[in-house]
Amino acid sequence: MYKIQYMTLLENKSAEIPAPREITTKPRVSDKIFRGVVTAGGLSSLVILGLIFAFLLYQGFDIFRSQGLSFLTTSRWDVNFDEAGNITSSDFGLSAMLIGTIICAFTAVVIAVPISVATALYLSFYAPPFVKKFMVTVVDLMAAFPSILFGIWAYFVLMPSGAYWAKLLNKYFDFIPVFSNEQRVFDSSPFIASLILAIMIIPIVTSISREVFSQAPLDRIQAAYALGATRWAMIRAVVIPHGRSGVIGGAMLGLGRAMGETVAVYTVLNLVFAINWKILFGVGGNVASLILLKFGEATPYEIKALMAAGLVLFVLTLIVNFSADLLVRRLGGKGK
Amino acid sequence: MSSNVAPVVTNFDHVSPIRPWQASVRDRLITTGIFLGSVAMSYLIIKLTGLSGKLGFFATFLSVFTTVNATRDYFRFGSASAKDSLVNTLVAAGAFITIVPISSILYTVISKGIKGIYPALFFRDMSLNAPNDPLNVGGLGHSIVGTLLLVSVALVFSVPIGILTALYLTEIKGRFSQPIRFLVQAMSGVPSIVAGLFIFSAILIPITKDNSSLLGSLSLTILMIPTVARTAEEVLNLIPNDLREAGIALGGTQWRTVAMIVVPAAKSGLITAIILGIARIAGETAPVLLLAGGGDKFNFNPTSGPMGSLPYYIWRSFGAGSPEAVTRAWTGLFVLLVIVFALFAVARFLGNRKVGK
Repeated sequence: MYKIQYMTLLENKSAEIPAPREITTKPRVSDKIFRGVVTAGGLSSLVILGLIFAFLLYQGFDIFRSQGLSFLTTSRWDVNFDEAGNITSSDFGLSAMLIGTIICAFTAVVIAVPISVATALYLSFYAPPFVKKFMVTVVDLMAAFPSILFGIWAYFVLMPSGAYWAKLLNKYFDFIPVFSNEQRVFDSSPFIASLILAIMIIPIVTSISREVFSQAPLDRIQAAYALGATRWAMIRAVVIPHGRSGVIGGAMLGLGRAMGETVAVYTVLNLVFAINWKILFGVGGNVASLILLKFGEATPYEIKALMAAGLVLFVLTLIVNFSADLLVRRLGGKGK
Repeated sequence: MSSNVAPVVTNFDHVSPIRPWQASVRDRLITTGIFLGSVAMSYLIIKLTGLSGKLGFFATFLSVFTTVNATRDYFRFGSASAKDSLVNTLVAAGAFITIVPISSILYTVISKGIKGIYPALFFRDMSLNAPNDPLNVGGLGHSIVGTLLLVSVALVFSVPIGILTALYLTEIKGRFSQPIRFLVQAMSGVPSIVAGLFIFSAILIPITKDNSSLLGSLSLTILMIPTVARTAEEVLNLIPNDLREAGIALGGTQWRTVAMIVVPAAKSGLITAIILGIARIAGETAPVLLLAGGGDKFNFNPTSGPMGSLPYYIWRSFGAGSPEAVTRAWTGLFVLLVIVFALFAVARFLGNRKVGK
């Protein structure tokens, strides 16, 4: 039957044969629209980051102009009113909070990185398969925990044991200025804030380190074993040189996360506007918690100062994140 | 003649493969002995010195166990083996330390939060009660509604943007791919309070001048986009190129190929990306405190009026300080944790299914 139809089609010369479709590399209209929409969506991250910068700068500009560089170098936060409720004088300085942010975040990284690297090594090269599967899930889940959960847990559970460890550190390392503490009060110290920050960034640093370690070239691993290396000798000769910059990048990413943390630090840290280098002493600061603390009863003028503080924090985390990304990416190029 | 030939083994039942790497019974006994010995020794050390507590015991045990093992290996096989066994213990200890806080968090939240759970909790609000009131009055229904509204409005904005970003990175691969990947990474590091401040400065001050949960959702959108975009990018990268080529070869335009072939093939993975994004923002506190106001009664309108949410409920109860209020906070955390857990389980389930079906 088909054959007959075909024959009749051939015989019927008058039947219209459609013109061959034009072969072209020119995109269709639908594709142009599609590519336009997707590109616009893709560029949204640029737009959002730009807008954040622009609006915080716009709102905080007055403060930057009136305070100048002293916004970053002094550590007072005063607003004075006259009887009518007008602002007579104001003085905003972030230095205590900035230094506090850096101290807390840096200590957290120092605590978290060895633990994370050990965990990542364990998961990549030591753990039996079922332990590995279980622990990877647990670590991923931990990364999804909300920060308020960490904060409240830290306040009720971590604080007592953290204070105990702080006391111990103080007892044996009192001669090092960073660990000295004349007041003998160990609660609400930057050390405890660092502990909770460390716990919060362990999942991030662990998963990045694990990813980097898993890219270590298998042939070199096997070559090391074939030469009679123990597991540690193999790790030292192959995995660590390969993964070093990736781990540093992961640590920087953790640093950025720790700098921007708000709620968890707010619950445990005793915010005071004074520069404090002693991490065991219960006085500290953090730009993000400062914003949360002052926001509730802030006057419109003070809110501008908080916007300026937010801008400083934004730029700080952006710089840290960019450098982290560069480090991780540099490895990505080399590993393949 | 045949008597000289060794008998051919035909029955292999009694032959078992040897595993020279496996620990013998003797080895295991020695390991157990060392373990128990270390426990006893660290107990003694703790009794003799000023150390105390579970953490002190753990630290002492760790160092004793490591030292004993390393010394033994040193005398058996030399220094390389001693180092290996040292690292062995340290690495396992690192993994153990990672597990400790999460188990403690789970234990605390469940044991303390379960006390405040009762059925009516989920249907009542706090409009007539303070956090310090007895536990059998009030409830957190309004905060669950608030969190659901906050998250679903945030989804409306963040899912299209996040997935379009991922599509740009995987399908178009244009000139901006590298910078955009960079910026998405940078965006995932934006502190949540900065996202809140941004919406405050850009929308609340100049336009609405009042709190609403819509603004909270907008700030959550900023936090959610990077999570969705990065996970979706990974998933879309897993779709084999054959599928795309097949679509083009059949005469489909790129738009048809992506919409009819690539996205449906990656559907479960994309849902995983969205769910991970939700888990990321469901418990976000700081921007919600700044923008959504925080209400104590049911509010179903995202565009006006103060909106309660689970983080706000937890925050307010925690701040009130009395034992009842703190139990309320733990209960709120328990509910939040259950939500995150459920989302996570669904994401895992979908993520484990084979991509491309």
